[in-house]
Parts: sequence; structure tokens; C-alpha cells
Amino acid sequence: MRLEPVANPTLLRQLGLPALALGATVLVAMALALLAGADPLAVLGQIVTGAVGSRFALLETLNRATPLIFTGLAVAVAFRARLWNIGAEAQLYAGAIIAVLLGTGALGAPFVLPVSAAVALLAGAMLLLVPVLLKVRLGVDEVVTTLLLNFIMALFVSYLLEGPLKDPMGMGWPKSAALIPEARLPRIIDGLRLHWGFGLALISAGIVWVIQSRTTLGFEMRAVGANIRAARFAGMPVNAVLVKTALLSGGLAALAGWSEVAGAKGHLSLDLSPGFGYTGIIVAMLALLHPLGVVVTALFVAGVFVGADAMSRAAGVPTYIADMLLAVALLFMVLAIALTKVRVVRG
Amino acid sequence: MSLAQSGAEIVLRLDQITKRFGRLVANDAISLTLHRGEVLALLGENGAGKTTLMNILFGHYLADEGSVTAFGQPLPAGQPKAALAAGIGMVHQHFTLADQLTVLENITLGTESLWSLGRGRAAALAKVQGLSRDFGLAVDPLARIADLSVGERQRVEILKALYRDARILILDEPTAVLTPQEAEALFQTLRLATARGLSVIFISHKLHEVMGHSDTCVVLRHGRVVGQVATRDTDRRALAALMVGAEMTEATVAPGVPGPVRLSLTGVRAGPLRDLTLELRAGTITGLAGVSGNGQAALADLIGGALGPEAGEMRVDGAPVSRWTPRAALAAGVGRIPEDRHKTGTVADFTLAENAVLETYAQRFSKLGFIDWAAVRSHAMGLIAGYDVRCPGPEARIRLLSGGNMQKLILGRVMEETPGILIANQPVRGLDVGAIAYVHGRLVAARDAGAAVLLISEDLDEVMGLSDVIHVISEGRLSPAFARGALSQGELGLWMAGQGFEDAA
Repeated sequence: MRLEPVANPTLLRQLGLPALALGATVLVAMALALLAGADPLAVLGQIVTGAVGSRFALLETLNRATPLIFTGLAVAVAFRARLWNIGAEAQLYAGAIIAVLLGTGALGAPFVLPVSAAVALLAGAMLLLVPVLLKVRLGVDEVVTTLLLNFIMALFVSYLLEGPLKDPMGMGWPKSAALIPEARLPRIIDGLRLHWGFGLALISAGIVWVIQSRTTLGFEMRAVGANIRAARFAGMPVNAVLVKTALLSGGLAALAGWSEVAGAKGHLSLDLSPGFGYTGIIVAMLALLHPLGVVVTALFVAGVFVGADAMSRAAGVPTYIADMLLAVALLFMVLAIALTKVRVVRG
Repeated sequence: MSLAQSGAEIVLRLDQITKRFGRLVANDAISLTLHRGEVLALLGENGAGKTTLMNILFGHYLADEGSVTAFGQPLPAGQPKAALAAGIGMVHQHFTLADQLTVLENITLGTESLWSLGRGRAAALAKVQGLSRDFGLAVDPLARIADLSVGERQRVEILKALYRDARILILDEPTAVLTPQEAEALFQTLRLATARGLSVIFISHKLHEVMGHSDTCVVLRHGRVVGQVATRDTDRRALAALMVGAEMTEATVAPGVPGPVRLSLTGVRAGPLRDLTLELRAGTITGLAGVSGNGQAALADLIGGALGPEAGEMRVDGAPVSRWTPRAALAAGVGRIPEDRHKTGTVADFTLAENAVLETYAQRFSKLGFIDWAAVRSHAMGLIAGYDVRCPGPEARIRLLSGGNMQKLILGRVMEETPGILIANQPVRGLDVGAIAYVHGRLVAARDAGAAVLLISEDLDEVMGLSDVIHVISEGRLSPAFARGALSQGELGLWMAGQGFEDAA
């Protein structure tokens, strides 16, 4: 058995294989449900209805997708330039901290929302700037530095919530004071539990898409990612491009945390993010790093999580099935994408 | 006495080895024999097929046709273990050592069974020390690899092969990383080895080593054996001629009309380049001949902006340059046709249109930070039509193009900017005859339009056929300028072999 490159994959190959991957994922999901002692078809149905079956379910999915769109975009932008930002989780918390610092009375209307969003963006950007400068100047591997910053940030947030940012009225719980109403993101439609963070995420995806496909910077980012040697030879300012990529990526990830605090939660606590930063990597990879694709895959991933939660309550199958499903989906998708470019030949 | 004629035992026989990579024939029916106690030098330019051949011998690649026989036994194809067991040891150009382990641990790695738990360590140490003494390979067996010099690491590699009882040693460009003193010690070791009945194949393109230290020379060119001679029956000049191709072509290109000096280097030092003095004149093709790996890449990088001068003065159109980067070079009117069109010249996953503006997008196709894709597209269509690039269209990915069409697009990209200085580094390597003629025609046209062209090539015929002025580069030094026709091919061959530089200096 050996692999042979396929020069010009057909459309059938390009679309059929990912579809096949999705089908295989569903089959594995059903097998997992069977293992857990439940009726596979019922479990599948409950996941789907739990994700999109009612107005409440749909809104829950959209809300859950919001931070994933931001972190997915952050990862997609960085990975496109082959900048391995594994630290979206830390940058997310940087944005969340800013939302609390500026949103609990330090600033009033009408400035608090735009200013805290801008500062959050900047904070996330700065947090990624350090690893990137280390990479560009000293050749330090950014995978390691960005990954480790996640742990540093988690402990820092823990310190803040036990110390300076601890809510004096919080009955001793490690959580921040609540944001003032002026610092909260309004709902898109009155009466519907969906905040403007979702709208902002969609707009961000559009902006990132325009940057990547239409601007000089986007051209440079793609060239640096696709062939850094040719980019350097052609005279592109490779280091400056990497730094700009980092600023954009870090800023996007910070908006995830900012919008969770300002939109969804209204305060900062240690369980603000159930790994949105890491899940962003899955979202971006499933989307093949395409910014508009990120919106679709973020909705899919959010739907799986929300649907699995609902199913778990009804069928008694552990909610961890969602994590396994996503992992399986990612593995199959990566395999499918690899197989669009090569074919297996016997002999 | 020649071993080949002495009836010494044949230890290794390659028979009609052919290896194809897609349409490229890397090895074309290569046969050779190695005798006991013989040092065989395998010569050839980059891409001649030397390393491919050795990788087939060692089992890293599968040959499409042909067979290998070692010590009278057929060697199963594609099994490095079988090659090791048959007594073949290979020292790669890039060492395969674990930096954090000691010399002894590296040498014994993979030879002990999993459960021995260091029982045989004393015996192993004694064996390594014995080999070290017998073959003049001085190295501390207990030192860590990370603390060793390059020369010492190579000795460890050789010890590794000897420890496994190799009877045939293959060395891939062993002196490429060594100082002259270390190289001399290496050849001393090889002499000790052959005296003990070992046989050696070493790959090289340094003629003086081959002349000084081998019994037999096999010259490869374009994947074929173009010569197999006893070293004592040949000389540097003949070998150089074999390597670069002896057939002379008529110089049909009319001479250029020299204009003012466009670029001058005075006493420049950069990377491997030593005390370089060079003038490129408008309306002139300056040819740079030389055996590959003698500083051509560094010179192309230097003029192209990828390498800054460390000392000396560089002037473009009379003005000294300060911060010298690819972008500065482009702005100063330097056009660059890179040596490796796949890795440095183009972005394989980009479209033709995107590749067409790789160097000019920021200056010519950008408005307020946005790229004017309509203009890029029409520019690319212009290049495709003007430079006869055969392709599905400007939106096709460039990786789908043949080498010739890719090179035509690069040529168009460079020529459209009407460069005052043009560096063409191996511009026709790997192209078919039609594309070669096309590229050459364009280079001459650029010269006639007033460009100062630097043509870097390992093909002496190409240099002699196109150049108005010829320099030879050898070990980072540049020969004086010779007018076209001033030197014969043989005389150029001598310069390429490194002769004449001492007198000139």
C-alpha cells in the first residue's frame, strides 16, 4: 500500500469525502450510544432536537456558538499564516478581565461598551504579541509559549477572583462583581435571549474574510503561511506580517471572552470558558481555516454540545459523548481532507 | 597497479539501475563495480543522480529496474537492514546522531538486544577503542555528541559503520562540512581502511579530492554514467569536461554593446564569498561558470538582497547601498530569477495571478491596503500571452504547471519590470529544449534592451554560448573577467578546478 498524489481532485472527491466523514461520525455516535445502553436512533434524534428543535434550543445553540466563532476565527487567522496560536484560551480570559475592569463602574454610558471592546481587543493582541516577538527574534517555538500562557492566565484569573476582583457581595464565591447595565451587550431582538455578541461575531467573520481575500495584508499572511521562503525572497516583510497576524488573532480571541462577560454572563467566574479557546482549534480545522466556514462549523460544534446536554438529561447517556463526537468528527474530517489530495494505491 | 585490472575480488556490483521520479529519470541504467580495497569516487553535478544511486544501494529507495550484488550475493531491494547485514555502511551528508547521547551510546544504538541492559558495555567500549586506534579515528567514546565538533561527529558516523562490521563504506560528500585539515585526516582514515581490505565509495564534486584520493572515478551526468576511468589515467580538466558536458555548441549570439557599470562589488565578503570584486555593465551578459557549491548561491543572494555584504563596498548605478534587503534590491531595479523556482520562486498553492504579483503587489496593485484583483488578473493575462505560458488561465494554481511554463511566468514577472540588473541563477535547469531556447532568447533581449545580466550556470556550454564576459567562481573566489572566446573550454575547466587563483591573487 502506498500513497499517490492526486493532482486535480474532482468536485465529487472534494465534497463527497467530507460528507462521508460526517456519515462515519454519525455511525460512531450511534455505536457509542449503543455502548452506553441507549437506543442509538433515539439518542441521535434527541441531540438534533436538543440543538435546533425549539426556539429555546436554537437560541441556546446560537449563544454557545458566539465565543466559538471568535476563537475559531482567531485560530483560523493565525494558522493560515502558520502561526500556531494555541493560546486562544488565555487571550479569551484577557478580554473577559477587561470587560470586568471597565464594566463595573469605571466607565459610564455611552463610552463603556466601545471602549471596553477596543481595550479587550488590544489586551488579547498584546498577550499574543509576546510569544510572537520571542518567535521572530529568538526562534522560540510559539506552540509551547502560547500553550503555557493558558495555564498562567488560568491561575492569574483565579488570583484575581480570590483577590482584587472578588465580589464583596458574592458570599465568598470566586466571582467578580456584576457588570453595570450600561456595560452589558443588548439583546438583538427584545425578549429573545440572544445578545449582540453573536452579531459582532458574524460581522468579525465577514471582516476577516475581506482582510484575507482582498487586502495586501491578507495576501502577505497567506503567502507567509503557504511558503515562507518564497515570501521572504519576494521581499515581503515576513516578521511584520507575523506580528500583525498575531495582533489580529489575539484580539479576536479576546473578543470571545469579552462578549461572554458583557453579553452572556454579566460577570467573570472561573468557569467562564469550558475550553472555548481549545475548541476554537477544532472549529477552525473543520472549517479548513476559512473565516466564513468558521461560522458554519462553530454552529455545528455548538449544536453538538447543546444537543448532547439535552439528550443526556433525557436518555441518561453521559454528556461526554459530545466531546467524543467532536474528536471523532475532527479525525474523520482530517482524514477526508488528506484523502482528497492523495489516493491509496495497492502495491 | 589498478585494482580493476589486478583481478581483486569484486565486492559490489550495481547492474543497470534505473530510477524514475515521475517523468524525471534520476538514474538511467547505471552499472558499476567496486573491488576489494578500492576507493571509488562518484562525481557529478547537483542533480546528476549520485545521492539517488547511493540511496538505492542502501535500500532507502526502490529501483525501478536493475539489481545490486554484494559479495556475490544479490541484495534484496528496499531493505536498509539487509544492506547493513551485507556489510555496507553509509555516512550521510547530514549526520544521524542523537545529540544528547554519548559517542558510545550512539555507536551501539540499535545493535544491542532490548533486554541486554548494558551488559555488553565494557566489551563495546573495548571494541570502539580498538577501532578508534586502528583507523586513526580519535574521539572520546564517553563524550556527548552535542559537545563534539563537526569533524568528530563524522568520525563517530564512520565508527558506527565500522562497529557494525562494514566492509564497504559509502560517504556522501564527506568533506562538504570539514576544514582542510579534517578532510586530510579523513582521507588518512580511508587509506587505513582500504589497507585492511575495506572498500570505499565517496561522493564528491571537488576535483582535487577525487584526483588525490581515489583509485577509480565514475562520472554521472543527467542520471547516466558518462565516464568511468582509473584516476591515474585522467586529469582534472578531463573530469571537469565530463561533469559539465564536453560537447561544444556554436556561439550564435551576437555580442552585446557594453554600457555604463550598473553594479559593482569591491572587496566584498559575504558568507562563503571572499574579497569579491565584480562589475556588471549595462548591455552585457556576464557569465559565471563554476562547479556547483562554490559560492554561486551566495553571490545570487548577495545581489538579490537576501544576503547583506559583511565587508567591502557594493554600488548600484554608482550609489553605495546601505540596508540591502530583497525589497531594496527590487526597488533598485534588480530582477531575480531564482535557482529553485518551486521553493523560492513561487508559492505552489497560489494561482498564477497571485504568483505574478508576488514581488510587486504592494507597489503596483495596492490601493489603501486593498489589492486591485482586477488589475492583477489583467496583468497576469498579459504575462501569460506575452511570455507564452501554457496554462488553464490566471486562476489556475501554479503547481499544476510544467517547469518550463512556471519559469516563463517568473521570467515575465521579472522582465515586465524592465530590470536594470538581472540575475539569472540556473535559469534553464530541468527545462526542455524549446523552453531553454525561449529563456535564452529573452535573456539576450533583456541585454539588448540595456540590462546588466548575470548568468549563473553550471553548464559551461550555456555560459560560453551566451556570455559577453566570463568569470569563474571557485571556493568563494572570483577569477578575473575574461572576454568571450578568450579562453578555451579546457582553460576554463582549469580555472573551475581551482587553478590560476593563486597566481591572480
